[in-house]
Amino acid sequence: MLTGFPILSTLIWLPIVGGLLVLFAGRNNPTLAKWLSLFTVGLTFILSIPLWTGFDTTTASMQFVENVPWIPMFNVNYHLGIDGLSMPLILLTTFTQVLVIVSAWDVIKERVEQYMGAFLIMGGIMVGVFAALDSILFYVFWEALLIPMFIVIGKWGGPKRVYATLKFFLYTFLGSVFMLVAFIYMYSESGSFSILDFQGMHLGMTAQIFIFLAFLAAFAVKIPMFPVHTWLPDAHVEAPTAGSIVLAAIMLKMGGYGFVRFSLPITPDASMTLDWLVIGLSLIAIVYIGIVALAQSDMKKLVAYSSISHMGFVTLGMFVVYDIIDSTGSMQGAQLGMEGAMVQMISHGFISGAMFLAIGVLYDRMHTREISAYSGVVNKMPWFTMFAVLFAMANVGLPGTSGFVGEFMVILSSFKANIWYGTLAALTLIIGAAYTLWMVKRVFFGPITNDNVEKLQDLNKREFALMATLAVFIIGLGVFPSPLIEVMNTSVANLLVQATTSKL
Amino acid sequence: MNFVMPSFAPAIPEMVLLALISFILIADTFWAKRFKFATYYATQISLIFVGFLIITSFTTTQIITFDGSFVRDGFADVLKLFTLAVSFGVFFFAREYLVQHKFFSGEFFVLGLFGVLGMFVMISAHNMITMYLGLEIMSLAIYAMVAMRKDSAQGLEAALKYFVLGALATGMLLYGLSMVYGATGSITFPEIANVIASGEVNSMVLSFGVVFVVIGLAFKLGAVPFHMWVPDVYHGSPTAVTMFLATAPKIAAFAMLYRLLAEAMPGLLNDWQSLIIMLSVLSLIVGAVVAIVQDNLKRMLAYSGIGHMGFLLLGVIAATPDGYASSMFYVVIYAITGVAGFGIIAALSRTGKEFDLISDFKGLNARNPWLAFMILMIMFSMAGVPPFVGFWAKLLVIEEVVQAGFLWLAVLAVIAAVISAFYYLKVIKAMYFDKPEDTSRLEPVNGSLTIGISSIAILLLVLGLLPSGMIDIFFNSLNAM
Repeated sequence: MLTGFPILSTLIWLPIVGGLLVLFAGRNNPTLAKWLSLFTVGLTFILSIPLWTGFDTTTASMQFVENVPWIPMFNVNYHLGIDGLSMPLILLTTFTQVLVIVSAWDVIKERVEQYMGAFLIMGGIMVGVFAALDSILFYVFWEALLIPMFIVIGKWGGPKRVYATLKFFLYTFLGSVFMLVAFIYMYSESGSFSILDFQGMHLGMTAQIFIFLAFLAAFAVKIPMFPVHTWLPDAHVEAPTAGSIVLAAIMLKMGGYGFVRFSLPITPDASMTLDWLVIGLSLIAIVYIGIVALAQSDMKKLVAYSSISHMGFVTLGMFVVYDIIDSTGSMQGAQLGMEGAMVQMISHGFISGAMFLAIGVLYDRMHTREISAYSGVVNKMPWFTMFAVLFAMANVGLPGTSGFVGEFMVILSSFKANIWYGTLAALTLIIGAAYTLWMVKRVFFGPITNDNVEKLQDLNKREFALMATLAVFIIGLGVFPSPLIEVMNTSVANLLVQATTSKL
Repeated sequence: MNFVMPSFAPAIPEMVLLALISFILIADTFWAKRFKFATYYATQISLIFVGFLIITSFTTTQIITFDGSFVRDGFADVLKLFTLAVSFGVFFFAREYLVQHKFFSGEFFVLGLFGVLGMFVMISAHNMITMYLGLEIMSLAIYAMVAMRKDSAQGLEAALKYFVLGALATGMLLYGLSMVYGATGSITFPEIANVIASGEVNSMVLSFGVVFVVIGLAFKLGAVPFHMWVPDVYHGSPTAVTMFLATAPKIAAFAMLYRLLAEAMPGLLNDWQSLIIMLSVLSLIVGAVVAIVQDNLKRMLAYSGIGHMGFLLLGVIAATPDGYASSMFYVVIYAITGVAGFGIIAALSRTGKEFDLISDFKGLNARNPWLAFMILMIMFSMAGVPPFVGFWAKLLVIEEVVQAGFLWLAVLAVIAAVISAFYYLKVIKAMYFDKPEDTSRLEPVNGSLTIGISSIAILLLVLGLLPSGMIDIFFNSLNAM
């Protein structure tokens, strides 16, 4: 249909160019900046739909490939392409971009053009991260993303924003430079920077261990895993609503994507040897961070910790496959775990976005995120409460919502691997329900104790549209997840073959 | 013995430059009264003209003349062109600064041109005498430039420090060179290399010679532990002069390093490699850590420059043509970025007041968003964050050092890069996140300076997105030989 049209490049560069345009044309004219931004993200989202419709689910090889030499001297190429692992994430990105722009519509008053411009540029870069098939290109996008995010958190964030944004930048930067050294090392061994070549290259065990640890440093910080998660609550709390949405819905997924694109296929033997490390940290995240979330008095912080806990499922599902194959020898069980992890990523993108959006709605009205400041919101905002409770239920993992699908698949496969893994992972159903529902109870129900709550207005049309869209996706994915799983199927199967084929 | 007329052709750019300088020097005394900026324009035109001469006769084959004392090759041509470009940028920013600070005079530009001539000679030196000659032409001109501000105690202190320590460094270098001569009996670089390769040398004397040569080079580059002069001199000198001495001479110093270590003493790799590793490691650490506590941007850039020298030396450690090419790329990018970094200070400083405290930058985004955005790009390029060209510079040297088998150095270097990112972020934080301390209106920045800074910043971005052409030029210039 669109053969030859560089659709991935368009998705990357259209928002970036649009963002620069907004930055310069929108000065002193916020209305123009907003509409131009909305036009850009809307167009980008529409253009990204052919990725889904034109996607061939029967092959695990890269599709929509673009490959142009970039630095021939070092064999660096502008190489883009997607498979079943990255395509859903790109669609999630383009969709979230629309959400972000609309959510900021009336909220941001100061330097609108810089705010919108930064998010547009971020959007293009994030698509680039998921589409890059050359490690240097990947790294360029991966790092470039820090710049707009740094500015967004630092400029429009809360009171401790400068601390939070510096911490965010330096943490992630430190993690990623080790990945860069790993790339360079593999280049010096293989003479290519292509990710696909890395996946096929032969690597000794010692090298694999070091490369795996370098990758772990980059991805564990990003996703984030215990104990390098501490930047996330700070960044989330201080970031403006849209910043939190992008962070939770997409940037965390970059860490998970890194595991499936790099760690598992490039260092399969090290992944197998060190799977206990990742599984252990994931279980700690699921249980311990869940308990930490219980103790939070700030709503955003609570959801931030809940994100870390949910990301624990993603890493658990990815690395538990080795134990499943070890104990049952069944590829199918492993496939379940891996697909669960991928579904969890997408679903968490919607749910966390929705949660942060809901908190943003309250924050815009009350200018506080303290749970104790609220009580009885349902009396004044019935529509909002309906959506918020739905999102909370999805966060808990209630059947019928998208949160259930991924978690259930991962828990199921963990039981196949080891009954203790399964039990610990399943604990989240209790802990997650506890912290989420307790927050819901304190915020939405009970008597109105605060005069400001008395003055609350229910959702306006814009907010209603946003929430309704998200609700549709969350429920839709919850009752009918098979299209998403179908898209991933072949790629996940291929990934499992790569992840279990020894390179020694 | 009959005298053979040497070929003058390879040295035409130098000779033309000298003629132009002599002309400007004399003409300046006549036209200074009537046309204030005539010397400035003549200087810039001279640079462009010499650049044009080099481009039209650009060569990657090696031509040696003057009885083996002067060489013209791709390495020399590329570095000379960038020396010209960097000097052009420096003079461009300097003019406005000198006017604002009321010590505009033609001598600044004439001395600057002499400095450029010295650098040319250094870059093209093919024996130790020419090398020394070039170094002295350059250094004497810059000593005088640092001392130009006669009414500033700080400036004179800086000048004295620079002169004394510079002389000491030159002495060290000369001492080392004389030992090398003593051991090998030759002053021409390839001959020295041949003698060393033959093995018939007093290795004790030679080793001492290498140590002194490396010390002298480290002084000139400002690598730790021979960096003590750098922050004080950068800080004390007028910004226009700092801009010059922090950028173009580093290119020449790198050329000197390459000619001496790679061309004359490749056989002594084992001796000097470990020295360079030490210099590099210390520079990386000191440059990254000490810059954090600086609250003066000039001092911060001085320490950041020290850190950059640590990166630069990584490529030298690799000791392959590609390694040297990556260092060459690094030094040029460093110089271009340095012009922008000091250019910002020059552009924002106003009558009698320097704009060099990081706190001066507070709230700049609210007052001048365009300039703030440009500074943001420059800072991220210095920090080595993609998509700016500073990233490629770092990537290439790290890549070469990994190829050479020093993985631990690469790890150390990237950690230093992360630490140093912190202080570049501090500047951005001041501009974007802080409220201005000084609520008075910012005097509008001269339009041409804004254009100057913007063009460098945008160049850093464009080169970062499309680095291939420039990388090719550098790597081909060394590999062709």
